[in-house]
Amino acid sequence: MVERESPLGAAYTPGRHGVADKPGAQISEPRPGSIVEIVAWPGSEKAALAAIKGATGLTLPDRPGGGASKAGKSAFGFAPGRWLVIDQAEGLGPALRAAVDSETGTVTDLSHGRTAIRIEGVRAEWVLSKFFAIDFSVEAFPVGEGRSTAHHDIFTQIQRTGDDRFDVYVFRSFARAFWTSLCHASEEVGYEVS
Amino acid sequence: MRIPCPYCGPRDVGEFTYQGDATVTRPDPASTDQDGWNRYVYDRANPAGKHSEVWQHSGGCRAHLIVERDTLTHAVGAVRYARGSATKAAARPAAKAAAKKTSPRKPATRAKAGK
Ligand SMILES: [Zn+2]
Repeated sequence: MVERESPLGAAYTPGRHGVADKPGAQISEPRPGSIVEIVAWPGSEKAALAAIKGATGLTLPDRPGGGASKAGKSAFGFAPGRWLVIDQAEGLGPALRAAVDSETGTVTDLSHGRTAIRIEGVRAEWVLSKFFAIDFSVEAFPVGEGRSTAHHDIFTQIQRTGDDRFDVYVFRSFARAFWTSLCHASEEVGYEVS
Repeated sequence: MRIPCPYCGPRDVGEFTYQGDATVTRPDPASTDQDGWNRYVYDRANPAGKHSEVWQHSGGCRAHLIVERDTLTHAVGAVRYARGSATKAAARPAAKAAAKKTSPRKPATRAKAGK
């Protein structure tokens, strides 16, 4: 298998940064092997959800932003009839292509087109709130759900994968810029890159 | 100004792109009525008050929306998917009530792939 190169380059600086003794945020690059977009034709949304379940074992709530995470796999709705499905392992694209027939919708393998950036910790909500004009409180943005938003034209899909943990998906070509901004924004709370 | 996207919930207007007057009707593509096309492309009522507009949630779910907006106060009223009832299942509870007031359109008869 070909070794994939991170788009973060020299911007990826492992270790502790910022002022606090105890980092308020941990930032990492999960490097999932598969990032796949599923689009259902209008009226085929339930069939698409069933296909995602068949391929990943994830049961997604049928509501805007509905999502779930389990055993290295994640999926969430980010637009009407559209879902992002992520697997830490490679090979999810072919599996979903087999599961979603052309009567149901389309499958686009974005594994090399998106970069996943994870921010977690007690100040993760605070840091992300500086970027995006959405409510990051767990009441408004429950664990498992996804959101589509943007920061200075960097289109971003965010899934909350824990009380204090968010997986942020950006275009690969914007990943280094966004990562650098995220590190700057985390300096005041102290952060650790791993 | 905030627009309540039926999918994403209320969002800042900066996430949206204005796409024009939603009250004009495109002539039949085969039409050679020059005046009809001229009206469609150029004639606008430019109302001071209630207006129906097409917006895209370009910095979010990317759905095209029909937004009722007051051009004097910027107050935003009902918002619904431009694509009609095809996506009615994917509406937040708060948006559903507003959507009921507008007449639902026929589901888009989008051709399935391979046909
Ligand atoms: Zn939206």
